[in-house]
Amino acid sequence: MALLEVAGLNKAFGGVLAVQDVSFAVESGLVYSVIGPNGAGKTTLFNLITGIYEPTSGDIRFDGRSIVGQPPHRLASLGIARTFQNLQICMNMSARENVMVGAHLALDRNLVKGMLRWPALRRRDAALREEAAALMRYVGLDGYVAAAAGAMPYGALKRLEIARALAANPRLLFLDEPAAGLNPKETAEIDELIRRIADQGITVVLVEHDMKMVMNISDRILVLDYGKKLAEGSAPEVRANPDVIAAYLGAQHA
Amino acid sequence: MKRLAMPLLALTLLLLPLLLPNSYYYDLAIRMAINAVIVLGLNLLIGFAGQISLGHAGFFGIGAYASAVLPTHFGWHPLAALVAGALATALLAALVAKPIFRLHGHYLAMATLGLGIIIAIVIRNEGMYTGGPDGMPVPPLEILGYEITGERNWYWVFAANLLLSVWLCRNLMDSPFGRALRALHGSEVAAQVVGVDLARYKMAIFVFSAFFASIMGSLTAHYIGFVTPNVADFFHSIELVTMVVVGGMASVFGSLIGAVLLTALPQALVSFDGWETVAFGAILMLFMIFLPRGLVPTLAARFGRGE
Repeated sequence: MALLEVAGLNKAFGGVLAVQDVSFAVESGLVYSVIGPNGAGKTTLFNLITGIYEPTSGDIRFDGRSIVGQPPHRLASLGIARTFQNLQICMNMSARENVMVGAHLALDRNLVKGMLRWPALRRRDAALREEAAALMRYVGLDGYVAAAAGAMPYGALKRLEIARALAANPRLLFLDEPAAGLNPKETAEIDELIRRIADQGITVVLVEHDMKMVMNISDRILVLDYGKKLAEGSAPEVRANPDVIAAYLGAQHA
Repeated sequence: MKRLAMPLLALTLLLLPLLLPNSYYYDLAIRMAINAVIVLGLNLLIGFAGQISLGHAGFFGIGAYASAVLPTHFGWHPLAALVAGALATALLAALVAKPIFRLHGHYLAMATLGLGIIIAIVIRNEGMYTGGPDGMPVPPLEILGYEITGERNWYWVFAANLLLSVWLCRNLMDSPFGRALRALHGSEVAAQVVGVDLARYKMAIFVFSAFFASIMGSLTAHYIGFVTPNVADFFHSIELVTMVVVGGMASVFGSLIGAVLLTALPQALVSFDGWETVAFGAILMLFMIFLPRGLVPTLAARFGRGE
């Protein structure tokens, strides 16, 4: 059974159909990419699956259970994590604290215990500080462990989002354009990072513009155009698909 | 610096009486400490969690009047009245929090403003119990047969209270609960996707900060020995919010500085006679123009800090 199944998903904003009858399934352990031109509905699709928007109709199943209409904090407890195309970093906190927040659900969130420096809670927090630092090094933020989030450059913040998502120990990780705005060297590093994450057994769903990166690392690719599913398959299949060439690659490769 | 902060505060509170020549200055120090604790609680809500309450004096008023009315008319022990007042305030805050925290920004400000005004009106109108606009005397606070009287004794009560409150607030903000609160201030979406139930956290901190204000209302009422509806009114709420803003949002020590400065300022300005309100307003405007983030955060940023 697939880890994530999307069936007949629709989303209308007023009269605009941002996502139309999209169906696909993501098998566990894969890197699954969603591509398409600007405005094709990729981010909307992400927001629907991760509970930011509610679909107009259709079903989304995670691990066999329907998750339509569940708020994002509930989805987080099922093991779904994500990053954002337009960064969502808490600039009022340190970089490390941003990562620590990722582990929110695994911690004792009791107000009174927190106020009283409850020993077990302090011990867990001390361990978490180290785990967060390790995660930051894992995503390549070695130099920023003690930084304030507000003092970090754009490329580092993109990695920080990934570290925060990983801190939740997710089963399914959504990455919304992790390489957007990065230079080729940084893109290659993110590429390699996504591979490492997938090799850990975390299923990765990726929205990406950078075709080269997508073709390199994706096990399967879904192509969207004007909110509709245009094609789905492995990288070579998608690359050979005439509809895809016409709609997406056509401009560059025709 | 962060490690030294608590011992430094304790030392200051311990040595301060040596510098207080008479009961007028004791009284001033006590009022500073009272405001500091309320502002600390309010800063959790405004500065750390990024919400707003323009009705906090209402919660303070409930506490103050619980400590006046329950012992006077119903023969309650003052401590029982204090606890009952705090619990009632928490309950009221929890009940209104649910609808109120669907609102954001200006709407939230309006809703909390309305709540504060309603509380003040109820206190003013229930003259049979509260003495109406004239107020009423408050019986002394008695703990284990020992009656707390005089500025010198009360000073230690409020100093200890302040020290404890600072300790609790700093711990809280450095705990998983506090990080979740700060995260929802930084980005609601980010907080949600890591599992923070926004409505629950906003409500929890609102209730907690109202609870804080109510306890301080009770203690203040016992200290002054008399309570009037002015303690619950809109201007008192604004005064408290101003202290948060001047001292610095999301800064524990900013709360203290804000409370100390704005409690002292009107006293320092009495020589302007008649014009002190104008001077007060002008100083606030200068603050907002040159130190918009508040005193402590601006200075901290100037002297640089990472984690």
